[in-house]
Amino acid sequence: MLAALVDLSHTGHYLHWGFIQLSVANAIVILLMVIVFVVAIAVPFRPGKGHR
Amino acid sequence: MSENGTSTPADAADAVFDDVRPAPGDERMWSARLRGAAVRALPPGKLMPDDQPSYVASWVYVFGVLTLAAFVVILVSGAVLILRGPSWWHVSSTGLFFNSIHLWSVELFFFFMVLHLWGKFFMAAWRGNRALTWMTGVLSFAMSIGAAFTGYLSQQNFDSQWISTQAKDGLNSVGVGAFFNVLNFGQMLLWHVLLLPVAVAAIVGLHLLMVRHRGVVRPLPARQGRPGRHRVTDRGAETAAGPTPAVPTPVGADGGDR
Repeated sequence: MLAALVDLSHTGHYLHWGFIQLSVANAIVILLMVIVFVVAIAVPFRPGKGHR
Repeated sequence: MSENGTSTPADAADAVFDDVRPAPGDERMWSARLRGAAVRALPPGKLMPDDQPSYVASWVYVFGVLTLAAFVVILVSGAVLILRGPSWWHVSSTGLFFNSIHLWSVELFFFFMVLHLWGKFFMAAWRGNRALTWMTGVLSFAMSIGAAFTGYLSQQNFDSQWISTQAKDGLNSVGVGAFFNVLNFGQMLLWHVLLLPVAVAAIVGLHLLMVRHRGVVRPLPARQGRPGRHRVTDRGAETAAGPTPAVPTPVGADGGDR
């Protein structure tokens, strides 16, 4: 059995900006989403037969 | 029927349309009228098209179907969990595996659904009489949050206890706690495994039919005039000097409108 990539046996890490509080885990997911979105726009899509 | 006696897709289409026509005298029956309305709104070629407009050739258009694929995995893994029960998914390694599949497919579902939302928002995808497509998307997003929330409440661990005791104050403050009691495990589990999945599947199904009915929205037209001194509408670009006529758009299987 593989060990967890992140040690979950402690309290989570949080980022604070004034009244905004965001967990590091959620910040990573949001960052990943932004990266995937930008890549999806930037990378050309090679259309197959199903495009006219 | 082709010359060598085999049935072709064109023969099948002819058979379908022959079947759609009501028998003489049955034209006023509700079933005939409903069938006619359904076929007019979504003829088979529109319901299951063989190709897509050229502007759909972008990875941004893939997020919707990725959301749908994740939703299918959620439903299948959830059905497996229902078949075997909590004593299986909490204890056995195979049960824990399916429990994890269920969790991570939900994570991917929301990941791709929000990317789909971003893409459609920046594309103003409600243009061209697509308000119902947009609103069914909004509804499916809202219902999915409820389905995920009741799923977290069904974990039967300290996390679910924490979430439910925090949520009850919020729900009580808006007056829904009397009939949606997050501390009632049985009620939350039944919402999670029956009512909400059925509701999400129905709304997602309607959303897909609307996408087929109206077609995929065209990209926004290229900007005209000085930056910041115009706005782009469904009818074309309006500048400070007044509206300019929109470029005529040929009507096609993509919905034909902007």
